[in-house]
Amino acid sequence: MLGVRSADDGRGLTMRSKVCKLSELTVLKDNMTIMCGGFGGVGSPPSVIEWILDSGIKNITLICNDAGFPWIGPGKLVTEKRVSTLIASHIGSNPEAGKQMHRGELNVHFYPQGTLAEKIRAGGMGLGGILVDVGLGTSVEEGKEKTVVHGKEYMIEPALTADLSIVACKQADCFGNLLYDQSARNTNPLVAQAGDVTIAEAAEIVEIGELDPEQIITQGVFVDHVIKSKGVDWKWVWELKREG
Amino acid sequence: MGAETRRLIAERAAREVTYGMMVNLGIGIPTLVADYIPTSLDVVLHTENGILGMGGSPAPGYEDGNLSNAGGYPVTIQPGASFFDSAEAFGMVRRGYLDLTILGALEVSGKGDIANWIVPGKRVPGMGGAIDLAQKAKKVIVLMSHTTREGYPKIVQECTLPLTVKEGAHMIMTERAVMKVERGELILLEVMPGYSIEDILNTTEAKVNVDHVRGQMIEE
Repeated sequence: MLGVRSADDGRGLTMRSKVCKLSELTVLKDNMTIMCGGFGGVGSPPSVIEWILDSGIKNITLICNDAGFPWIGPGKLVTEKRVSTLIASHIGSNPEAGKQMHRGELNVHFYPQGTLAEKIRAGGMGLGGILVDVGLGTSVEEGKEKTVVHGKEYMIEPALTADLSIVACKQADCFGNLLYDQSARNTNPLVAQAGDVTIAEAAEIVEIGELDPEQIITQGVFVDHVIKSKGVDWKWVWELKREG
Repeated sequence: MGAETRRLIAERAAREVTYGMMVNLGIGIPTLVADYIPTSLDVVLHTENGILGMGGSPAPGYEDGNLSNAGGYPVTIQPGASFFDSAEAFGMVRRGYLDLTILGALEVSGKGDIANWIVPGKRVPGMGGAIDLAQKAKKVIVLMSHTTREGYPKIVQECTLPLTVKEGAHMIMTERAVMKVERGELILLEVMPGYSIEDILNTTEAKVNVDHVRGQMIEE
């Protein structure tokens, strides 16, 4: 069934399969906003990131929890200077991002991690934004619009969406229902919901009906394309340390 | 700071952990605290990347690239653990379920202001989850070296670096001292092995109350 562009749902109806090859997609363009799942590269989609690098697109606005590591996950896009604006909570593990920022080549907008996650969730849930008090009394509140609800002050944080969301998952079916793997879930379910177009890179693609409806984390309605992962193509820091 | 000293601070910090607490440990010395929390305390470790019930490091060869702490290093899970997305991880924090967070800092003021995410023009790692954690945890303990590499005090009258949280720290532990912040006052509780009250006062810029010193920490 896989590779076929429709799937039998068992009642004689056909459902369009979202499983495809990256080479069939034409969504990439310069100046686009890309939201990438993952946390320190864990749960970032390696094959999709490689495809974006190969496409040669530039001037990307990248929305991601962090800048990964220079050779891991979305960090590669930063290292290769494809990113002009980065919206993240942390870039400490990618010195290249810090260097580019200080040279004025990379524009970085920082948000507290929980606030960033919730801004992405709001985008995926069709909300205009969130009210949050994390960072009041610090530089985080500079320039932020504020409001008072039930006597408490909050910042108004607009929601985030993207032209393209890219996520990694453990299992996907051809409708785009997704299951994740342990702590590699992290920002992926949020990112998957917030893209105008969402590509899910799956370690395994299964038939419709194989995933337990009670267990599905991301519903297929949020996902546009499912591709088979070629697997992680980088070494983790702890692997490099172990190898000396 | 040597590995021995880092372990000494971590061991001392673990003594603040009590039964049934939900705890988040930051990167650096705070990560080491996990090794000193007795299993009998039924402590639940929380991570920003979405684990409740994190366990210790796996044995060599049993690492899983998709099971790591917020710093990206392999971990295990405890029975009863759960996985969730980052929004939920911080929902737990904002909602007030986190009993204790232990984190590092660049500067702490005598009033408990913490600065730990940016040195303007020099080092800008970003705040990560530090602001969420430091503002919302019920108790915040800062673990750090007492002075900068150049010997300047890190416990200061007023922070010069941009803040992570205003009046957020409840305790500060360094290789020299254990202090608490109470009603805007910095109180010395314990002097760490090899140091004197005078050593601490000489390397602390903030005003320190030394009337409540519990004495020297016992050396093993």
